[in-house]
Amino acid sequence: MSNIIIMPLLIPLFTAILLVFFQKQAAVQRWIGGISVLGNIAMSAYIVHQVYLEGILTLNLSGWLAPYGIVFVSDMFAALLVLTTNIVGAACLFFAYRTIGKEKEKYYFYPFFHFLLVGVIGSFLTGDIFNLFVCFEVMLISSYALIVLGGTKRQLRESIKYILINIFSSALFVASVAYLYGTVGTLNLAHLSERVAEAGQGGMLTIISVLFLIVFGLKAGLLLFFWLPGSYSVPATAVTALFGGLLTKVGVYAIVRLFTLVFYHDQGITHVLIGGLAAVTMILGVIGAVAYKDVNRILIYNIIAGIGFIVFGVAIANTSALEGTIFYLIHDMVVKALLFLLGGTLIAVAGTEQLREMGGLIKRYPLLGWLFFVAAMALVGVPPLSGFIGKLLIVRGGLEDGWYWISGIGLASSLLMLYSMMKIFMSAFWGEEKSGVQPKVSVKGLLAPSVCLTVLVIFLGVGAEWVYPYVSMAAEVLAEPQQYIQAVLKE
Amino acid sequence: MNNGDVILQTSTKIILFIIITFSAYLFFAGHHNPGGGFIGGLMSASALVLLALAFDLKTVRKVIPVNYRVLTALGLLLAVLTGVGSFVFDVPFLSHTFGYFDLPLLGKTELATAVLFDLGVYLAVVGVTMTIILSIGEDT
Repeated sequence: MSNIIIMPLLIPLFTAILLVFFQKQAAVQRWIGGISVLGNIAMSAYIVHQVYLEGILTLNLSGWLAPYGIVFVSDMFAALLVLTTNIVGAACLFFAYRTIGKEKEKYYFYPFFHFLLVGVIGSFLTGDIFNLFVCFEVMLISSYALIVLGGTKRQLRESIKYILINIFSSALFVASVAYLYGTVGTLNLAHLSERVAEAGQGGMLTIISVLFLIVFGLKAGLLLFFWLPGSYSVPATAVTALFGGLLTKVGVYAIVRLFTLVFYHDQGITHVLIGGLAAVTMILGVIGAVAYKDVNRILIYNIIAGIGFIVFGVAIANTSALEGTIFYLIHDMVVKALLFLLGGTLIAVAGTEQLREMGGLIKRYPLLGWLFFVAAMALVGVPPLSGFIGKLLIVRGGLEDGWYWISGIGLASSLLMLYSMMKIFMSAFWGEEKSGVQPKVSVKGLLAPSVCLTVLVIFLGVGAEWVYPYVSMAAEVLAEPQQYIQAVLKE
Repeated sequence: MNNGDVILQTSTKIILFIIITFSAYLFFAGHHNPGGGFIGGLMSASALVLLALAFDLKTVRKVIPVNYRVLTALGLLLAVLTGVGSFVFDVPFLSHTFGYFDLPLLGKTELATAVLFDLGVYLAVVGVTMTIILSIGEDT
């Protein structure tokens, strides 16, 4: 029994509640929120260490034993994602301090921010499929509020679409859980895995697994991403960075968890389907990234291409590919948040989103320019930086198991991602000075969180040697679900 | 605003207390019978809504001068704290306990810490419902 694994969830929850009492005092909210996220980084790093030493940690809430009560499970995969979430969250929060504005601060921006973290961290830690649904809703309802906060016309229009599509997918989620419960009669993930293995994953369970794939595909922007470009282009930069870094990745996490732990028996159908979806998503994502000449849109379509790549790793499902998936997922959370923060700063200093109206910014903002360059290189996966190892492992896994076509698509999509990022870099930073407004806040202050994330991106690449044991431990649990089941059900 | 409707206002003054009593009954019945914090909170809120219908929102604010958003947060805080309280006794998060006590007037009574959690739910439900109704009603 280790109450410690619930702490990463309790700290932001407690903070969010506390911040409601200080609605008017923005300074107090900033201090409490800042201390809380930093404390939570330390706490989740400690948990990663603890999991590394002792293996999977579990906590039966209220002391009810596993299949009957709700269990929180912190295996290495979840612990690493919680740590990454907190780091990304902290960077976005500190960026928000300078950019969000008094008006939004007064209307509960910070409580919503921390509630979003509660939902994301809860989704990573829970070991119960209905509790996963509840955590998804905590996350989504906070994200509705963060999208619409400010109340401009575009925000209202896009939030209607976003809420409609998410309500639909949540209803489908509940229906799928109902089918699953009706078929096997349990909700605990470990117990589900056992029951599905006993029953043999026949036609019915495979259909249910495809339903779950549709649900999480909608949430993660896997092929069904039609809602994503509009919704992610309207909120404030700090919020878009948070969404780009975290929200879609929770859907990906759910896909990884379900298809490695529960529905792994009929890979001929489910995993081939996942692979196909991943390939189409990569292609459509890079088409979007190449087509647009608008900073925000290019970054958004790069999220979609990235999702395709991560999910491709799930489809291959051998050890090397799973390690690659975990590595790439962590890298992608950090680098997407970083790119959106830099993109937001770029838009703020250029005064426009359109690439053709920008130019020559490297003279006035060299640090911003080179940070963007490093981030773009990391995104694409140029060797010393963080994207490389994940991509290498996934492609190697793909080639080992004969997924030649999709591996090829993955590599080609990387090339086009590079093209789209360089398009931003070359037209915004090089060339003649065209535009440029004096930004309202100092650019140096805005760049501080981005510098921290860039250091992390470089560390993830250069220091892969240190990160690898943790990732490999996480992949081991995914490859052998028996470990997870034994830790939860304690047989 | 809603002046002059003597019958509605007079009957509201009586019915209000019946509804509040019923909501308190539902709240405490929750452990062994149908009821609990959620339905109790909704019932209390509906009493306040009736008050708002018969008189007006200003009256509701005057009769119960509470900031409902803070009330919601208080409820959440209470619910989380009952969970965190289990840390002190070194048992898993959200563990609850109960015992039998001899109280004056009531005699032997079962007291459970789950009631405190329910009280948190109750406050949060009242707070959320009233926040929704007051902010829609006043934004005209």
